[in-house]
Amino acid sequence: MASSGKIDPMHQFEVQTIAEGFTLGGQQIALTNSALWMLVTVVALWLFMLGGMKRAVVPGRWQMMVETFTGFIDDMLKQNIGKDGRKYLPYVFSLFMFILFANLLGLLPLGLIGIHPFTFTSHFTVTGVLAIMSFSIVLIVGFAKHGLKFFTLFVPHGTPLWLIWLIPVIEFVSFMVRPFSLGLRLFVAMTAGHVLLKVLAGFVINSANAGVGYGVGIGFPSFALMIGISALEVLVAGIQAYVFALLTSLYINDAEHLH
Amino acid sequence: MDAEAAKLIGAGLAAIGAGMAAIGVGTVFGQFLEGALRNPGAADGQQGRLFIGFAAAELLGLLAFVVAMILIFVA
Repeated sequence: MASSGKIDPMHQFEVQTIAEGFTLGGQQIALTNSALWMLVTVVALWLFMLGGMKRAVVPGRWQMMVETFTGFIDDMLKQNIGKDGRKYLPYVFSLFMFILFANLLGLLPLGLIGIHPFTFTSHFTVTGVLAIMSFSIVLIVGFAKHGLKFFTLFVPHGTPLWLIWLIPVIEFVSFMVRPFSLGLRLFVAMTAGHVLLKVLAGFVINSANAGVGYGVGIGFPSFALMIGISALEVLVAGIQAYVFALLTSLYINDAEHLH
Repeated sequence: MDAEAAKLIGAGLAAIGAGMAAIGVGTVFGQFLEGALRNPGAADGQQGRLFIGFAAAELLGLLAFVVAMILIFVA
């Protein structure tokens, strides 16, 4: 009994091969469910943008929706970087929308009709690459714009002379930790939410199997909690996408203006 | 003590970190709300800083979760 209803909350994160591809240098290149849901995300994002790029003088509902998002990211860049931030709008906007759509698509209850959504932002390989992209932009912009003066980033203004041996070390460590914390935050927030939902779902099913008393006493409160947590997860999906874009813009601001 | 039991106890102890992060996140939003109610005009301009503080506090809780996951599934 106990073994039959064992909860396996990690199963949902398994990468499964859908179509066997080819081998390249001894590594298999295949279409996995992770890659498939990335494609789904891109197509959904493309359709969303397509509906709002008609450039009507009097915008319809769809165009208003798209313009709200672009305006939101534009405002964020203006606030954090200033007017130099305009040229990073395409990157930060793509990043924000891609992560937002990925997070939300992973939450869709499509399992009801047999399609299991795969949240690829719950994998460190994916979020890590996104974080490395942001970090590379910071490095490239910083060195291209300021040359070796970029290293003055590690010595903030007003550092007392007797601390000059310590502050650059701390600043350097905090600088190098950025890509890790950026990628880790998104991946763990997504993983934790999905594990929590799966564990609660296991409570519902196992308590219902154990008898009516257990089902009413444990199953119903767990199910109510699941609904609440699902709402919270939608919020978290938005906040994590926003935080990723916000921190990227802050890091780009460091590269643009030092500090 | 059995090594397996020690791992699970350690993973349980890591949950304290998640609770501590909850205190941190609550402090961030609570203090923001307190300031925002005193001066609503300045509140909108500080939302970026609010989320930076939230992200910093939350990251430490998520690290506790990572520690628990490593103890259960990797170590």
